[in-house]
Amino acid sequence: MSGDWPLWEVFVRAKGGLSHRHVGSVHAPDAELALRHARDTYTRRLEGVSLWVVPSAEIVASDPDEAGELFEPAESKIYRHPTFYDIPDEVKHI
Amino acid sequence: MAPSLPPIRPEDEAVAEKLRPNGAFDPRDDEPLGSARKELLVRLGDDALILGQRVSEWCGHGPALEVDISLANLALDLVGQATLLLGQAGDGDRLAFHRDVLDFKNCLLVEQPNGDFAQTIARHLLYTTWQHMLLQRMTGSSDRFLVEFATKAVKEVAYHRDLASEWTVRLGDGTEESARRMADGLDWNWRFVPELFEVDEIMQAAIDEEISPDPRTFEDEYRSAIAAVLADAKLDVPAEQRAILGGRRGHHSEHLGHLLAVMQFLPRTYPDATW
Repeated sequence: MSGDWPLWEVFVRAKGGLSHRHVGSVHAPDAELALRHARDTYTRRLEGVSLWVVPSAEIVASDPDEAGELFEPAESKIYRHPTFYDIPDEVKHI
Repeated sequence: MAPSLPPIRPEDEAVAEKLRPNGAFDPRDDEPLGSARKELLVRLGDDALILGQRVSEWCGHGPALEVDISLANLALDLVGQATLLLGQAGDGDRLAFHRDVLDFKNCLLVEQPNGDFAQTIARHLLYTTWQHMLLQRMTGSSDRFLVEFATKAVKEVAYHRDLASEWTVRLGDGTEESARRMADGLDWNWRFVPELFEVDEIMQAAIDEEISPDPRTFEDEYRSAIAAVLADAKLDVPAEQRAILGGRRGHHSEHLGHLLAVMQFLPRTYPDATW
């Protein structure tokens, strides 16, 4: 049965203020039931306060064959990391 | 197709009453229920326990992995509710595992067999819509425990009702086969609905003491709510059938004994087993 159903990617917001994070996927016949399947599968142990489901077919993914040109150029640019100055203790959330 | 549910005649009851010392595994270990409060706790506790056990029979057999998990969650909610209610009525484990069929006070609807997925959903829709309406009103009970219980459980049950409604619409307004199965499932369970609104002496006492809402006050709302779901599902409201009553007095269908045989096997075979 679930083999006939489209796949949905599930995102959970663990608590207010945090971003939704990808946690997995579910099969479901439509969006409303996908939300309920996501609730039953991924928030049984109080994992979240908000859910998103997205049709997996709608996700546009980068091509692993292009990983070289997409990601490697960033490796040699350590100056992009904000690690060259001291952060005062009073400043939180960085 | 129809379950064999013969009317229970006084002479049958007399026979059962006489057989009890020989036929029952244990003597009745509980004093007669007595107070309306205790009786109400046992009725609602047995509803939750038996429906929870029934739904748990799906575990590992769901039509899809996701549905299997959904059903297991529903069963766990119900067993949790039973633990609270029967624990408040007395020794919850003894009540669950040391009573025989005639001492169970659940309504007949919840002990009905799972059938196919549609029949399970029909039963869940019919019971949890009632349970949800009852618990919404029970938050105004004069009994503190029941207020606290209802406040917690009403959220769980709201989800049960919602999920059962969603599935009823999917199956009813689905394929020809799913619509037929959904209609058959509703048909099977429909005759057990009137029992939910039956008010006997004990229920009347609970209503008079303002422990319990009077289910008759929301019967119209219940029937409209079910009719609305069925309209969404493009299904007809089943034709009225001869109502079958008696679960609250311990007169059960043959299905309950089979359920108890499975549910009670372990504590009866290995008394006082722990883990």
